[in-house]
Amino acid sequence: MSLWEYANPAKFMALSGRILPTLTIGAGAMLLIGLFWGFFLTPADYKQGSTVKIIFLHVPTALMAINAWLMMLVASLIWLIRRHHVSALAAKAAAPIGMTMTLIALATGAIWGKPMWGTYWAWDPRLTSFMILLVFYFGYLALWEAIEDKDTAADLTSILCIVGSVFAILSRYAVNFWSQGLHQGASLSMDKEEHVDNVFYFPLLVCIGGMVLLFVTLVLIRTRTEIRARRLSALRAREV
Amino acid sequence: MKPLILRDLKLAFRSGGGFALTLAFFLIVVMFVPFGVGANLDLLARIAPGILWIGALLSCLLSLDRIFQLDWEDGTLEALATSPIPLSGIAIAKATAHWITTGLPITLAAIPLGYLLNLPQQSYLWLFASLALGTPALSFIGAFGAAITVGIKRGGLLLSLLVLPLYIPTLMLGAQVASTGTQNPIQLLALVASISLLCIATIPFACAIALRANLR
Repeated sequence: MSLWEYANPAKFMALSGRILPTLTIGAGAMLLIGLFWGFFLTPADYKQGSTVKIIFLHVPTALMAINAWLMMLVASLIWLIRRHHVSALAAKAAAPIGMTMTLIALATGAIWGKPMWGTYWAWDPRLTSFMILLVFYFGYLALWEAIEDKDTAADLTSILCIVGSVFAILSRYAVNFWSQGLHQGASLSMDKEEHVDNVFYFPLLVCIGGMVLLFVTLVLIRTRTEIRARRLSALRAREV
Repeated sequence: MKPLILRDLKLAFRSGGGFALTLAFFLIVVMFVPFGVGANLDLLARIAPGILWIGALLSCLLSLDRIFQLDWEDGTLEALATSPIPLSGIAIAKATAHWITTGLPITLAAIPLGYLLNLPQQSYLWLFASLALGTPALSFIGAFGAAITVGIKRGGLLLSLLVLPLYIPTLMLGAQVASTGTQNPIQLLALVASISLLCIATIPFACAIALRANLR
């Protein structure tokens, strides 16, 4: 009994089918509780007023935007090394979710930024890094769509994901050099975990947990869809 | 590997005018900037390093699909894949030939074009150094993008979408070296050079994986 057993699509389908209902309910319940707690039961911040409450959407989605890419990286490595099809399909399934998380994080950040910093957009290191991450998602998704042969597509997107990760990290640190002298980065990008009071911290944790569960649920659903689509095309090919 | 580089150079020079097209494109991009933002010399002086770097990126992008596409279409690439040189070696040769026909002329042409954009006196050396050390990274990253998209018909737009995000760190650091407000250009120049070295050392292996997947 090991994790690799679930590289077998049949076993993966059986297990994911069994745990999906629980996961879905867990994700929904945690997000509902976390967001309700955050939006209605926390006090307004003395400086930021009620705008601070967007943190309960902003921080979890921003975290998941990066974690989705990390998950794709791990799945791509597993595909290149051990050639388990479920792994490649999971990476493909995670990409649109990660892209959506990046978009939500950018949008909520802009909405939060307008009343707080007086601008929707600034070329702050953190904002710029997220824009770059978004572009990487675009390239990755476009490559999946462009290639017809499934295994070649999995190979090429995997190697793109790995090379892309290296360059995404390089960009993350190059941004710091680039925006020197343009912007006072530190005062804009406040390190939230350190400054946040416990009143906000616990509902935030619930929201982050809910977002992680939501991500896992969506990836499982999308991977199951991909596996079924693959089976369908295999059946069609046999008929003809 | 040397015959392969020479072959690519000969092909580039004898068909399609070698680097002349790339340089003409570079000139046009640079010429368009004053048309777009106005011929204010102070403004031009401030944005000149960035414009020259972006122009270099775009000119480099223009010739990327030539790296593998023609050899892929007529089957030369398959023959090369069975040769004693490993695929990563072929990628190095191809990227080197691309740099000689694109990166090197761009670096040299950036000096006179800098004069057109009123580049400040003290920036010429830094611009030359940053382009000389940064363009190898552009060619190697570009070869990787070309290797990935070689099997895709009409992959030109996809190629730019894949390659341009990978150019971000080189552009950010490289353009910063030559701009006037930079305190410590040597440090940034070293970082640009390190990105180039990283690309030369690792990208050929990624190219080989991509080519192998495409040839299978």
